[in-house]
Amino acid sequence: MVATLARDFGDLAEAEDAAQDAVEQALRAWRTAGVPDNPGAWLTTVARRRAIDRLRRASRGREKTELAARLDERLGSSDLDDLDLDATMLRDDQLRLIFACCHPALTPEAQMALTLRSVGGLTTREIAAGFVVSEATMAQRLVRAKKKIAAAAIPFRIPPDAELLARTEIVRTVVYLIFTEGHLSAEGDELIRTDLCAEAIRLAALLVELTPDDPESLGLWAHLVLTDARRAARLDSDGELVLLSDQDRALWDEGKILRGTEVLDQALRLGRPGPLQIQAAISALHAAAPTAAETDWEQIELLYRQLFQLNPSPVVRLNHAVAVHEAGHVSGALEMLDDPLLAQALDDYRPYHVARGKLLADTAPELALAALERAAEFPASGPEQRHLDVVLAELRRS
Amino acid sequence: MKYACLIYSDEQDTVANPDPSTEAFAPMMAGYFAFGEKNGEKIAAGEALQSVATATSVRVRDGETVATDGPFAETKEQLGGFYIVEADDLDEAISMAIQIPHAHTGTIEVRPVMNFD
Repeated sequence: MVATLARDFGDLAEAEDAAQDAVEQALRAWRTAGVPDNPGAWLTTVARRRAIDRLRRASRGREKTELAARLDERLGSSDLDDLDLDATMLRDDQLRLIFACCHPALTPEAQMALTLRSVGGLTTREIAAGFVVSEATMAQRLVRAKKKIAAAAIPFRIPPDAELLARTEIVRTVVYLIFTEGHLSAEGDELIRTDLCAEAIRLAALLVELTPDDPESLGLWAHLVLTDARRAARLDSDGELVLLSDQDRALWDEGKILRGTEVLDQALRLGRPGPLQIQAAISALHAAAPTAAETDWEQIELLYRQLFQLNPSPVVRLNHAVAVHEAGHVSGALEMLDDPLLAQALDDYRPYHVARGKLLADTAPELALAALERAAEFPASGPEQRHLDVVLAELRRS
Repeated sequence: MKYACLIYSDEQDTVANPDPSTEAFAPMMAGYFAFGEKNGEKIAAGEALQSVATATSVRVRDGETVATDGPFAETKEQLGGFYIVEADDLDEAISMAIQIPHAHTGTIEVRPVMNFD
Protein backbone atom coordinates (compact mmCIF):
# COMPACT_ATOMS: atom_id res chain seq x y z
CA MET A 1 0.00 0.00 0.00
CA VAL A 2 2.80 2.39 0.86
CA ALA A 3 4.26 1.59 -2.56
CA THR A 4 1.05 2.58 -4.35
CA LEU A 5 0.65 5.74 -2.33
CA ALA A 6 4.27 6.75 -2.74
CA ARG A 7 3.89 6.58 -6.52
CA ASP A 8 0.88 8.84 -6.32
CA PHE A 9 2.47 11.36 -4.00
CA GLY A 10 6.14 11.25 -4.84
CA ASP A 11 6.60 11.53 -1.10
CA LEU A 12 7.37 8.60 1.13
CA ALA A 13 6.72 10.25 4.46
CA GLU A 14 3.32 11.45 3.19
CA ALA A 15 2.52 7.95 1.93
CA GLU A 16 3.40 6.32 5.23
CA ASP A 17 1.34 8.83 7.20
CA ALA A 18 -1.64 8.30 4.92
CA ALA A 19 -1.33 4.54 5.23
CA GLN A 20 -1.18 4.84 9.01
CA ASP A 21 -4.33 7.01 9.00
CA ALA A 22 -6.14 4.55 6.77
CA VAL A 23 -5.30 1.58 8.98
CA GLU A 24 -6.64 3.41 12.02
CA GLN A 25 -9.83 4.32 10.21
CA ALA A 26 -10.17 0.76 8.90
CA LEU A 27 -9.87 -0.78 12.34
CA ARG A 28 -12.70 1.45 13.55
CA ALA A 29 -14.92 0.85 10.48
CA TRP A 30 -14.36 -2.88 10.24
CA ARG A 31 -15.21 -3.38 13.89
CA THR A 32 -18.76 -2.23 13.16
CA ALA A 33 -19.28 -3.08 9.47
CA GLY A 34 -17.11 -6.18 9.13
CA VAL A 35 -14.05 -6.68 6.90
CA PRO A 36 -14.69 -5.85 3.20
CA ASP A 37 -13.97 -8.33 0.38
CA ASN A 38 -10.77 -6.65 -0.69
CA PRO A 39 -9.32 -5.07 2.44
CA GLY A 40 -6.06 -4.06 0.72
CA ALA A 41 -7.84 -2.05 -1.97
CA TRP A 42 -10.17 -0.57 0.62
CA LEU A 43 -7.21 0.61 2.65
CA THR A 44 -5.42 2.09 -0.34
CA THR A 45 -8.50 4.02 -1.38
CA VAL A 46 -9.10 5.38 2.08
CA ALA A 47 -5.43 6.27 2.41
CA ARG A 48 -5.55 8.16 -0.89
CA ARG A 49 -8.59 10.13 0.22
CA ARG A 50 -6.94 10.86 3.54
CA ALA A 51 -3.81 12.00 1.79
CA ILE A 52 -5.74 14.29 -0.54
CA ASP A 53 -7.42 15.91 2.47
CA ARG A 54 -4.09 16.22 4.16
CA LEU A 55 -2.49 17.74 1.07
CA ARG A 56 -5.31 20.23 0.62
CA ARG A 57 -4.92 21.31 4.20
CA ALA A 58 -1.19 21.57 3.89
CA SER A 59 -1.06 22.92 0.38
CA ARG A 60 0.20 26.41 0.13
CA GLY A 61 2.29 25.82 -2.96
CA ARG A 62 1.12 25.33 -6.50
CA GLU A 63 2.73 21.93 -6.86
CA LYS A 64 0.97 20.30 -3.95
CA THR A 65 -2.44 21.46 -5.16
CA GLU A 66 -1.64 19.99 -8.53
CA LEU A 67 -0.70 16.78 -6.82
CA ALA A 68 -4.03 16.69 -5.06
CA ALA A 69 -5.80 17.28 -8.37
CA ARG A 70 -3.85 14.49 -10.00
CA LEU A 71 -4.86 12.17 -7.22
CA ASP A 72 -8.50 13.12 -7.49
CA GLU A 73 -8.31 12.15 -11.13
CA ARG A 74 -6.70 8.81 -10.28
CA LEU A 75 -9.41 8.04 -7.82
CA GLY A 76 -12.06 8.93 -10.34
CA SER A 77 -15.43 7.45 -9.53
CA SER A 78 -14.06 4.28 -8.00
CA ASP A 79 -16.39 2.95 -5.37
CA LEU A 80 -15.07 1.70 -2.07
CA ASP A 81 -17.25 -1.42 -2.20
CA ASP A 82 -16.41 -2.29 -5.76
CA LEU A 83 -12.65 -2.10 -6.11
CA ASP A 84 -10.48 -4.58 -7.90
CA LEU A 85 -6.85 -3.64 -7.64
CA ASP A 86 -5.02 -5.82 -10.02
CA ALA A 87 -1.93 -7.65 -8.88
CA THR A 88 0.19 -6.34 -11.73
CA MET A 89 -0.37 -2.78 -10.61
CA LEU A 90 0.62 -3.61 -7.06
CA ARG A 91 3.75 -5.35 -8.28
CA ASP A 92 4.68 -2.43 -10.54
CA ASP A 93 4.12 -0.04 -7.64
CA GLN A 94 6.55 -2.06 -5.56
CA LEU A 95 9.13 -1.92 -8.33
CA ARG A 96 8.71 1.85 -8.67
CA LEU A 97 9.25 2.16 -4.97
CA ILE A 98 12.34 -0.08 -5.11
CA PHE A 99 13.89 2.02 -7.87
CA ALA A 100 13.24 5.22 -5.89
CA CYS A 101 14.73 3.69 -2.73
CA CYS A 102 17.74 2.42 -4.67
CA HIS A 103 18.32 5.69 -6.53
CA PRO A 104 22.03 6.39 -7.06
CA ALA A 105 21.52 9.83 -5.49
CA LEU A 106 21.20 8.06 -2.11
CA THR A 107 24.02 6.40 -0.18
CA PRO A 108 24.16 2.58 -0.21
CA GLU A 109 23.31 2.52 3.53
CA ALA A 110 20.26 4.69 2.91
CA GLN A 111 19.27 2.58 -0.11
CA MET A 112 19.25 -0.60 1.95
CA ALA A 113 17.46 0.91 4.94
CA LEU A 114 14.80 2.62 2.84
CA THR A 115 14.15 -0.50 0.79
CA LEU A 116 13.61 -2.54 3.94
CA ARG A 117 11.43 0.12 5.54
CA SER A 118 9.29 1.08 2.57
CA VAL A 119 9.18 -2.05 0.43
CA GLY A 120 9.74 -4.69 3.08
CA GLY A 121 7.66 -2.98 5.75
CA LEU A 122 10.19 -3.73 8.49
CA THR A 123 10.10 -1.37 11.46
CA THR A 124 12.90 1.09 12.11
CA ARG A 125 13.74 -0.91 15.24
CA GLU A 126 14.04 -4.15 13.25
CA ILE A 127 16.22 -2.57 10.59
CA ALA A 128 18.43 -1.00 13.25
CA ALA A 129 18.80 -4.42 14.89
CA GLY A 130 19.59 -6.03 11.53
CA PHE A 131 22.41 -3.58 10.84
CA VAL A 132 23.55 -3.44 14.46
CA VAL A 133 23.17 0.34 14.84
CA SER A 134 21.05 2.26 17.34
CA GLU A 135 17.42 2.88 16.56
CA ALA A 136 18.03 6.64 16.70
CA THR A 137 20.81 6.41 14.11
CA MET A 138 18.63 4.34 11.79
CA ALA A 139 15.64 6.67 12.26
CA GLN A 140 17.82 9.64 11.35
CA ARG A 141 19.20 7.84 8.30
CA LEU A 142 15.66 7.07 7.10
CA VAL A 143 14.36 10.59 7.71
CA ARG A 144 17.28 12.13 5.86
CA ALA A 145 16.82 9.82 2.88
CA LYS A 146 13.06 10.41 2.70
CA LYS A 147 13.61 14.15 2.88
CA LYS A 148 16.03 13.96 0.00
CA ILE A 149 13.59 11.92 -2.12
CA ALA A 150 10.93 14.58 -1.56
CA ALA A 151 13.14 17.68 -1.80
CA ALA A 152 15.17 16.63 -4.84
CA ALA A 153 12.13 15.00 -6.49
CA ILE A 154 13.62 11.57 -6.97
CA PRO A 155 11.02 9.96 -9.28
CA PHE A 156 8.94 6.90 -8.44
CA ARG A 157 9.10 5.03 -11.69
CA ILE A 158 10.65 2.09 -13.41
CA PRO A 159 13.61 3.61 -15.28
CA PRO A 160 13.39 3.88 -19.08
CA ASP A 161 15.07 1.09 -21.06
CA ALA A 162 18.23 3.10 -21.63
CA GLU A 163 18.88 3.29 -17.89
CA LEU A 164 17.22 0.06 -16.79
CA LEU A 165 20.33 -2.12 -16.96
CA ALA A 166 22.50 0.16 -14.84
CA ARG A 167 19.72 0.92 -12.37
CA THR A 168 18.80 -2.75 -12.01
CA GLU A 169 22.40 -3.49 -11.17
CA ILE A 170 22.24 -1.06 -8.25
CA VAL A 171 19.05 -2.72 -7.02
CA ARG A 172 20.72 -6.14 -7.29
CA THR A 173 23.63 -4.87 -5.20
CA VAL A 174 21.25 -3.53 -2.55
CA VAL A 175 19.32 -6.81 -2.46
CA TYR A 176 22.56 -8.79 -2.23
CA LEU A 177 23.82 -6.59 0.63
CA ILE A 178 20.51 -6.96 2.51
CA PHE A 179 20.82 -10.73 2.21
CA THR A 180 24.47 -10.72 3.27
CA GLU A 181 23.60 -8.60 6.28
CA GLY A 182 21.01 -11.19 7.33
CA HIS A 183 23.13 -14.18 6.46
CA LEU A 184 26.64 -13.35 7.59
CA SER A 185 26.31 -11.11 10.59
CA ALA A 186 26.89 -13.14 13.72
CA GLU A 187 25.40 -10.40 15.85
CA GLY A 188 21.83 -9.38 16.38
CA ASP A 189 18.50 -11.14 16.65
CA GLU A 190 18.37 -14.36 14.64
CA LEU A 191 14.68 -13.97 13.72
CA ILE A 192 15.17 -10.48 12.35
CA ARG A 193 18.14 -11.61 10.34
CA THR A 194 16.01 -14.41 8.86
CA ASP A 195 13.51 -11.70 7.85
CA LEU A 196 16.26 -9.80 6.04
CA CYS A 197 17.15 -12.91 4.03
CA ALA A 198 13.52 -13.69 3.21
CA GLU A 199 12.90 -10.10 2.11
CA ALA A 200 16.03 -10.11 -0.07
CA ILE A 201 14.87 -13.31 -1.81
CA ARG A 202 11.41 -11.81 -2.38
CA LEU A 203 12.95 -8.66 -3.87
CA ALA A 204 15.20 -10.76 -6.10
CA ALA A 205 12.09 -12.59 -7.34
CA LEU A 206 10.45 -9.25 -8.17
CA LEU A 207 13.52 -8.27 -10.18
CA VAL A 208 13.31 -11.56 -12.08
CA GLU A 209 9.72 -10.69 -12.98
CA LEU A 210 10.79 -7.26 -14.20
CA THR A 211 13.81 -8.45 -16.16
CA PRO A 212 13.15 -12.14 -16.96
CA ASP A 213 15.76 -12.08 -19.74
CA ASP A 214 18.51 -10.66 -17.55
CA PRO A 215 20.57 -13.68 -16.50
CA GLU A 216 22.15 -11.76 -13.62
CA SER A 217 18.75 -11.24 -11.98
CA LEU A 218 18.13 -14.99 -12.27
CA GLY A 219 21.66 -15.56 -10.98
CA LEU A 220 21.04 -13.36 -7.95
CA TRP A 221 17.86 -15.23 -7.03
CA ALA A 222 19.57 -18.60 -7.50
CA HIS A 223 22.60 -17.56 -5.45
CA LEU A 224 20.48 -16.28 -2.56
CA VAL A 225 18.23 -19.34 -2.49
CA LEU A 226 21.16 -21.78 -2.75
CA THR A 227 22.93 -19.99 0.09
CA ASP A 228 19.74 -19.79 2.15
CA ALA A 229 19.27 -23.56 1.71
CA ARG A 230 22.09 -24.06 4.21
CA ARG A 231 20.41 -21.95 6.90
CA ALA A 232 19.35 -24.78 9.24
CA ALA A 233 22.89 -26.18 9.31
CA ARG A 234 24.64 -22.87 9.92
CA LEU A 235 24.02 -22.73 13.65
CA ASP A 236 24.62 -25.52 16.14
CA SER A 237 22.38 -26.28 19.12
CA ASP A 238 24.12 -23.53 21.11
CA GLY A 239 23.36 -20.99 18.37
CA GLU A 240 27.00 -20.83 17.27
CA LEU A 241 28.06 -20.56 13.62
CA VAL A 242 29.17 -23.83 11.99
CA LEU A 243 31.82 -23.62 9.24
CA LEU A 244 30.70 -24.83 5.80
CA SER A 245 33.03 -27.86 5.87
CA ASP A 246 31.64 -28.97 9.26
CA GLN A 247 27.93 -28.55 8.52
CA ASP A 248 25.46 -31.44 8.75
CA ARG A 249 24.41 -31.61 5.12
CA ALA A 250 21.27 -33.60 5.95
CA LEU A 251 19.92 -30.30 7.32
CA TRP A 252 20.28 -28.52 3.97
CA ASP A 253 16.99 -27.69 2.28
CA GLU A 254 16.69 -30.06 -0.72
CA GLY A 255 13.77 -28.15 -2.24
CA LYS A 256 15.62 -24.85 -2.24
CA ILE A 257 18.74 -26.47 -3.68
CA LEU A 258 16.65 -27.96 -6.49
CA ARG A 259 14.85 -24.69 -7.29
CA GLY A 260 18.05 -22.67 -7.08
CA THR A 261 19.88 -25.05 -9.38
CA GLU A 262 17.01 -25.01 -11.89
CA VAL A 263 16.92 -21.22 -12.03
CA LEU A 264 20.70 -21.10 -12.34
CA ASP A 265 20.49 -23.47 -15.34
CA GLN A 266 17.85 -21.20 -16.84
CA ALA A 267 20.22 -18.21 -16.40
CA LEU A 268 23.21 -20.03 -17.87
CA ARG A 269 21.18 -21.07 -20.94
CA LEU A 270 20.84 -17.38 -21.82
CA GLY A 271 24.56 -17.48 -22.58
CA ARG A 272 25.64 -14.26 -20.90
CA PRO A 273 27.60 -15.21 -17.79
CA GLY A 274 28.14 -12.64 -15.05
CA PRO A 275 29.49 -12.41 -11.49
CA LEU A 276 26.20 -13.37 -9.80
CA GLN A 277 25.69 -16.43 -12.00
CA ILE A 278 29.23 -17.54 -11.23
CA GLN A 279 28.68 -17.12 -7.50
CA ALA A 280 25.43 -19.06 -7.81
CA ALA A 281 27.30 -21.81 -9.66
CA ILE A 282 29.87 -22.00 -6.84
CA SER A 283 27.01 -22.26 -4.31
CA ALA A 284 25.41 -24.97 -6.44
CA LEU A 285 28.65 -26.99 -6.49
CA HIS A 286 28.91 -26.83 -2.69
CA ALA A 287 25.25 -27.83 -2.46
CA ALA A 288 25.78 -30.77 -4.82
CA ALA A 289 28.58 -32.34 -2.76
CA PRO A 290 27.30 -35.16 -0.48
CA THR A 291 30.25 -34.57 1.88
CA ALA A 292 32.76 -31.73 2.23
CA ALA A 293 35.51 -34.07 1.00
CA GLU A 294 33.60 -34.73 -2.23
CA THR A 295 33.37 -31.04 -3.15
CA ASP A 296 34.33 -30.45 -6.79
CA TRP A 297 37.13 -27.98 -6.07
CA GLU A 298 38.51 -28.25 -9.61
CA GLN A 299 35.29 -26.72 -10.96
CA ILE A 300 35.09 -24.19 -8.16
CA GLU A 301 38.66 -23.15 -8.89
CA LEU A 302 37.76 -22.54 -12.56
CA LEU A 303 34.72 -20.53 -11.54
CA TYR A 304 36.73 -18.30 -9.21
CA ARG A 305 39.21 -17.78 -12.03
CA GLN A 306 36.33 -16.52 -14.21
CA LEU A 307 34.91 -14.44 -11.39
CA PHE A 308 38.27 -12.76 -10.91
CA GLN A 309 38.39 -11.85 -14.59
CA LEU A 310 35.00 -10.12 -14.29
CA ASN A 311 35.56 -8.69 -10.84
CA PRO A 312 39.29 -8.41 -10.07
CA SER A 313 39.02 -7.67 -6.34
CA PRO A 314 41.55 -8.82 -3.72
CA VAL A 315 38.89 -10.82 -1.82
CA VAL A 316 37.93 -12.76 -4.97
CA ARG A 317 41.65 -13.40 -5.52
CA LEU A 318 41.93 -14.79 -1.98
CA ASN A 319 38.93 -17.09 -2.51
CA HIS A 320 40.44 -18.22 -5.78
CA ALA A 321 43.73 -19.05 -4.04
CA VAL A 322 41.89 -21.08 -1.39
CA ALA A 323 40.10 -23.00 -4.17
CA VAL A 324 43.43 -23.61 -5.92
CA HIS A 325 44.73 -25.05 -2.64
CA GLU A 326 41.64 -27.19 -2.05
CA ALA A 327 41.95 -28.48 -5.62
CA GLY A 328 45.38 -29.80 -4.61
CA HIS A 329 47.79 -27.19 -5.98
CA VAL A 330 49.46 -26.00 -2.80
CA SER A 331 52.47 -24.22 -4.29
CA GLY A 332 50.36 -22.41 -6.89
CA ALA A 333 48.02 -21.19 -4.16
CA LEU A 334 50.93 -19.95 -2.02
CA GLU A 335 52.39 -18.06 -4.93
CA MET A 336 49.06 -16.29 -5.42
CA LEU A 337 48.78 -15.37 -1.75
CA ASP A 338 52.34 -14.11 -1.51
CA ASP A 339 51.88 -11.68 -4.38
CA PRO A 340 53.06 -8.45 -2.70
CA LEU A 341 50.14 -6.41 -4.07
CA LEU A 342 47.60 -8.86 -2.67
CA ALA A 343 49.46 -9.14 0.65
CA GLN A 344 49.35 -5.38 0.98
CA ALA A 345 45.69 -5.05 -0.02
CA LEU A 346 44.54 -7.73 2.44
CA ASP A 347 46.90 -7.02 5.35
CA ASP A 348 43.96 -5.91 7.51
CA TYR A 349 41.73 -8.81 6.45
CA ARG A 350 41.61 -11.71 8.90
CA PRO A 351 40.65 -14.45 6.39
CA TYR A 352 43.79 -13.67 4.39
CA HIS A 353 46.08 -14.52 7.29
CA VAL A 354 44.05 -17.63 8.22
CA ALA A 355 44.24 -18.94 4.65
CA ARG A 356 47.95 -18.23 4.40
CA GLY A 357 48.63 -19.88 7.77
CA LYS A 358 46.78 -23.04 6.76
CA LEU A 359 48.58 -23.24 3.43
CA LEU A 360 51.99 -22.90 5.07
CA ALA A 361 51.29 -25.35 7.93
CA ASP A 362 52.80 -28.40 6.23
CA THR A 363 55.78 -26.82 4.50
CA ALA A 364 56.82 -23.92 6.74
CA PRO A 365 55.35 -24.27 10.24
CA GLU A 366 57.16 -21.21 11.58
CA LEU A 367 55.79 -18.92 8.89
CA ALA A 368 52.38 -20.53 9.38
CA LEU A 369 52.49 -19.78 13.09
CA ALA A 370 53.35 -16.14 12.41
CA ALA A 371 50.45 -15.81 9.94
CA LEU A 372 47.95 -17.41 12.29
CA GLU A 373 49.09 -15.35 15.24
CA ARG A 374 48.52 -12.28 13.11
CA ALA A 375 45.02 -13.60 12.30
CA ALA A 376 44.32 -14.08 16.00
CA GLU A 377 44.77 -10.33 16.53
CA PHE A 378 41.48 -9.65 14.70
CA PRO A 379 38.04 -9.97 16.29
CA ALA A 380 36.05 -12.98 15.07
CA SER A 381 32.94 -14.98 15.87
CA GLY A 382 33.17 -17.69 18.56
CA PRO A 383 33.45 -20.72 16.28
CA GLU A 384 35.92 -19.01 13.96
CA GLN A 385 38.04 -18.08 16.96
CA ARG A 386 37.89 -21.62 18.40
CA HIS A 387 38.75 -23.12 15.03
CA LEU A 388 41.82 -20.89 14.87
CA ASP A 389 42.79 -21.78 18.47
CA VAL A 390 42.76 -25.49 17.61
CA VAL A 391 44.97 -25.02 14.55
CA LEU A 392 47.34 -22.78 16.53
CA ALA A 393 47.60 -25.31 19.37
CA GLU A 394 48.49 -28.11 16.94
CA LEU A 395 51.18 -26.01 15.29
CA ARG A 396 52.74 -25.02 18.62
CA ARG A 397 52.91 -28.68 19.70
CA SER A 398 54.76 -29.80 16.59
CA MET B 1 10.73 22.27 -10.44
CA LYS B 2 14.01 24.15 -10.61
CA TYR B 3 17.48 22.74 -10.08
CA ALA B 4 20.84 24.47 -9.88
CA CYS B 5 23.62 22.74 -11.78
CA LEU B 6 26.84 23.98 -10.18
CA ILE B 7 29.87 23.43 -12.37
CA TYR B 8 33.08 22.57 -10.55
CA SER B 9 36.47 21.93 -12.12
CA ASP B 10 40.17 22.55 -11.60
CA GLU B 11 40.94 25.98 -13.05
CA GLN B 12 44.61 25.05 -13.47
CA ASP B 13 43.77 21.96 -15.54
CA THR B 14 44.28 23.10 -19.14
CA VAL B 15 42.32 20.14 -20.50
CA ALA B 16 39.25 21.08 -18.48
CA ASN B 17 39.76 24.81 -18.88
CA PRO B 18 41.84 25.63 -21.94
CA ASP B 19 43.13 29.17 -22.33
CA PRO B 20 41.02 31.22 -24.81
CA SER B 21 44.16 31.71 -26.93
CA THR B 22 44.57 27.96 -27.52
CA GLU B 23 42.92 25.70 -30.07
CA ALA B 24 41.17 23.60 -27.44
CA PHE B 25 39.05 26.56 -26.34
CA ALA B 26 36.70 26.72 -29.31
CA PRO B 27 35.53 23.07 -29.09
CA MET B 28 34.75 23.52 -25.39
CA MET B 29 32.72 26.63 -26.07
CA ALA B 30 30.98 24.86 -28.94
CA GLY B 31 29.96 22.20 -26.43
CA TYR B 32 28.33 24.88 -24.29
CA PHE B 33 26.55 26.47 -27.24
CA ALA B 34 25.23 23.05 -28.23
CA PHE B 35 24.04 22.45 -24.66
CA GLY B 36 22.26 25.81 -24.62
CA GLU B 37 20.65 25.21 -27.98
CA LYS B 38 19.44 21.73 -27.14
CA ASN B 39 18.05 22.65 -23.72
CA GLY B 40 17.21 26.29 -24.30
CA GLU B 41 13.60 26.04 -23.19
CA LYS B 42 14.60 24.35 -19.96
CA ILE B 43 17.38 26.72 -18.97
CA ALA B 44 16.11 29.49 -16.71
CA ALA B 45 19.52 31.08 -16.15
CA GLY B 46 23.18 30.34 -16.53
CA GLU B 47 26.48 32.15 -16.17
CA ALA B 48 30.16 31.38 -16.37
CA LEU B 49 32.28 32.90 -13.62
CA GLN B 50 35.71 34.48 -13.88
CA SER B 51 38.62 32.78 -12.14
CA VAL B 52 38.73 32.50 -8.32
CA ALA B 53 41.74 34.82 -8.51
CA THR B 54 39.23 37.62 -9.13
CA ALA B 55 37.06 36.71 -6.13
CA THR B 56 36.58 38.74 -2.98
CA SER B 57 34.96 37.24 0.11
CA VAL B 58 33.16 39.56 2.50
CA ARG B 59 31.53 39.08 5.88
CA VAL B 60 29.97 41.44 8.39
CA ARG B 61 30.77 40.82 12.06
CA ASP B 62 29.68 43.13 14.87
CA GLY B 63 28.74 45.75 12.30
CA GLU B 64 32.14 45.65 10.72
CA THR B 65 32.74 44.60 7.14
CA VAL B 66 35.73 42.40 6.53
CA ALA B 67 36.77 41.75 2.96
CA THR B 68 39.41 39.16 2.01
CA ASP B 69 41.05 38.40 -1.27
CA GLY B 70 40.12 35.04 -2.80
CA PRO B 71 37.29 32.51 -2.80
CA PHE B 72 35.28 31.34 0.23
CA ALA B 73 37.35 28.15 0.47
CA GLU B 74 40.55 27.01 -1.20
CA THR B 75 39.60 23.78 -2.92
CA LYS B 76 41.12 21.58 -5.58
CA GLU B 77 38.14 22.15 -7.85
CA GLN B 78 36.43 25.52 -8.01
CA LEU B 79 32.95 26.75 -8.85
CA GLY B 80 33.28 27.98 -12.40
CA GLY B 81 29.68 28.58 -13.41
CA PHE B 82 26.11 27.45 -13.04
CA TYR B 83 22.81 26.83 -14.74
CA ILE B 84 19.32 27.01 -13.30
CA VAL B 85 17.27 24.41 -15.16
CA GLU B 86 13.62 23.45 -15.15
CA ALA B 87 13.03 19.70 -14.78
CA ASP B 88 10.19 17.39 -13.74
CA ASP B 89 12.34 15.35 -11.39
CA LEU B 90 15.91 14.60 -10.38
CA ASP B 91 16.40 12.11 -13.21
CA GLU B 92 15.59 14.74 -15.82
CA ALA B 93 17.87 17.24 -14.09
CA ILE B 94 20.69 14.69 -14.05
CA SER B 95 20.12 13.86 -17.71
CA MET B 96 20.67 17.56 -18.49
CA ALA B 97 23.62 17.95 -16.11
CA ILE B 98 25.57 15.17 -17.79
CA GLN B 99 25.33 17.04 -21.11
CA ILE B 100 27.26 19.99 -19.65
CA PRO B 101 30.75 19.80 -21.17
CA HIS B 102 32.49 20.02 -17.79
CA ALA B 103 30.69 16.87 -16.62
CA HIS B 104 33.54 15.09 -18.46
CA THR B 105 36.42 17.00 -16.92
CA GLY B 106 34.97 18.19 -13.60
CA THR B 107 31.88 17.60 -11.48
CA ILE B 108 28.35 18.99 -11.71
CA GLU B 109 26.54 19.35 -8.39
CA VAL B 110 22.79 19.13 -8.94
CA ARG B 111 20.69 20.80 -6.23
CA PRO B 112 16.98 21.49 -6.06
CA VAL B 113 16.20 25.19 -5.70
CA MET B 114 14.26 26.23 -2.60
CA ASN B 115 10.59 26.92 -3.29
CA PHE B 116 9.06 29.62 -1.07
CA ASP B 117 5.57 29.56 -2.60
